[in-house]
Amino acid sequence: MKQSILTLQGIEKSFDDTKVLKGIHLEIGEGEFITFLGPSGCGKTTTLRIISGLEQPDAGRVFLAGEDVTELAPEKRDVNTVFQNYALFPHMNVHDNVAYGMKIRKTPKQEIRERVTTALAMVQLSGYEKRMPAQLSGGQRQRVAIARAIVNRPKVLLLDEPLGALDLQLRRQMQVELKRLQRKLGITFIYITHDQEEAINMSSRIVVMHDGVLEQVGTPDEVYYHPRTSYVAQFVGNANILTGKIVRREEGILSVLMDQEMVHVMDNGNALVGDMAVIAVRSEHILVTKECTGTGLAALVKEKSFAGGMLRMTLVLKDGKLLVASRHGIDADCEEGDQVFCCWEPEQAVLVDEGKQKEGAAAQR
Amino acid sequence: MRRENRKRQHDGHGFLMIAPMYLFTLLFVFAPLCYMVILSFLTRAEVWGVVHEVTLDNYRNIMTPVYLRTFYESLKLAGICVVLIILTGYPFGYFMAKLSSVWKRRVSMLLMIPFWTSALIRMYGWIIIFRSNGVLDKLLMGLHITKEPLKLLYTYPAVVVGMVYALVPFMIFAVYSSAEKMDWSLVEAARDLGASPAKAFFTVTLKLTMPGLLSGVVLTFIPSMGLFFIADILGGNKVVLVGSLIQEQLMKARNWPFAAALSVVLMLLTSLIIWLYRKITKVRELEGFY
Repeated sequence: MKQSILTLQGIEKSFDDTKVLKGIHLEIGEGEFITFLGPSGCGKTTTLRIISGLEQPDAGRVFLAGEDVTELAPEKRDVNTVFQNYALFPHMNVHDNVAYGMKIRKTPKQEIRERVTTALAMVQLSGYEKRMPAQLSGGQRQRVAIARAIVNRPKVLLLDEPLGALDLQLRRQMQVELKRLQRKLGITFIYITHDQEEAINMSSRIVVMHDGVLEQVGTPDEVYYHPRTSYVAQFVGNANILTGKIVRREEGILSVLMDQEMVHVMDNGNALVGDMAVIAVRSEHILVTKECTGTGLAALVKEKSFAGGMLRMTLVLKDGKLLVASRHGIDADCEEGDQVFCCWEPEQAVLVDEGKQKEGAAAQR
Repeated sequence: MRRENRKRQHDGHGFLMIAPMYLFTLLFVFAPLCYMVILSFLTRAEVWGVVHEVTLDNYRNIMTPVYLRTFYESLKLAGICVVLIILTGYPFGYFMAKLSSVWKRRVSMLLMIPFWTSALIRMYGWIIIFRSNGVLDKLLMGLHITKEPLKLLYTYPAVVVGMVYALVPFMIFAVYSSAEKMDWSLVEAARDLGASPAKAFFTVTLKLTMPGLLSGVVLTFIPSMGLFFIADILGGNKVVLVGSLIQEQLMKARNWPFAAALSVVLMLLTSLIIWLYRKITKVRELEGFY
């Protein structure tokens, strides 16, 4: 990681007796594109507001470029935000909106004009200076909001679900543009979304949040292929979660006993024989066959649907749990109600929730 | 297509639906207004009513120092009152908009309750408070803040207090309705972009609540030129307003044309001031906040 630009130390926050943030520790490097990913209510927006200074943490400290800014008012922090609803000033035209921060700082008029022009060119809105926000489309407002923030050259740019209100096509286009912009400016972007695809597409690192804690921090690859917790596996990769007991270790493969059936998972070197294991297998890695090929879970096809080039099958296991399998193309040989077997390559299944169990044990101690 | 539809509405049923309103306005606002303007150019009859002799004497009469002074005093009082109403009503309306919905309802209820009583009777309440050895004097002397009665009744400040009291709810509600609609995330955006709380208030909140403030000024400035009974009750005969003058000319002196002329001038004057005020606030908006 490059030099650290922002550090969060043990941030806690409650609203009306509800603990929204339960001790957030995070270090963000200069020039990173970091994404907070999580469902609504997980505390990601609150974290952002604490970074910007619009909210005060109950405990913990915020460091910006090495300086403790925890008690600093939002206007004194070298951080700008692109708000979810854009929050453009309706009584000012595009130029005045973008120039607002510089006017407050009493930047010379000539410089203001130049920088506004550059910023608007960067978001491809040259010539829109005199328009009022009400005369712009959603996508254009979004661009103005971005220009208004980046024109101040903040150390960190915070983006709170900036593409949430746009339609899918525009969203894809803006994703590409935002990434290009971030590379060009070299500013650290902290981006909030609940869309895992968006997070994986854009980020250099992803922070998966759930219920006020950081579930996992890592590159898109790490988070997607090596989820640490069952929550991350489900939220990011739509994985199936199975539990069983480790009974054997062989050539880098662990055998896990679920009731009477045996499944396999890649050995990560930490788990011990006799431990309980939680396994995550993504739906596209589950192979559904009619004949048993050695090991496999017996299941019943409950539902079959075809959408977006993917066949999705919901299967019922012996213990009543549901399993989702999906694959490209149509497998015509399985019908609803059929008895089938599910298996997967051991290297495509991962052990999750290990840390959690250990942390839990440590906390108890 | 849509425009055609709209046009058709204007031609047909749309007009019929708003016709009663036009009729009402025509009958009860426009017609009396015309009558008043015509009246102001006629001559007073010896005993009762008017003589149909066209003259400018009524307006010439207004130009005499005595009456000009009354206009000046009225304007001054209205100006002072409106400034005080803004200073008290604006913060009230602003903070009211920030209350929880339960408290919003409670506070607006409290503001409405006094209106259930006649304004005249409420002014008598102020007499009880203001008179020598009245409630206020007793309170201040009891707390050893003052040693002797202040003799506040029948003074200029008493009139101002009465006016502000009577009119401030209009400002509060006007500002409140405007502040209620405001998107508070805009203030956060301003702070985020480097504005101090005060700067954010003056560049964003104040600008966006300006329509409310403006209508509050219109709603309070006009009545404060004419609420003669407040000046009479709380000011004795010391404060003479245009409103009192008109009432006197109409009811006591029975000089209808002169009263009409006074009313016309008062109306023109208030319209002019409000137009100026609008002009000024608009210009300031265009200038930005430097």
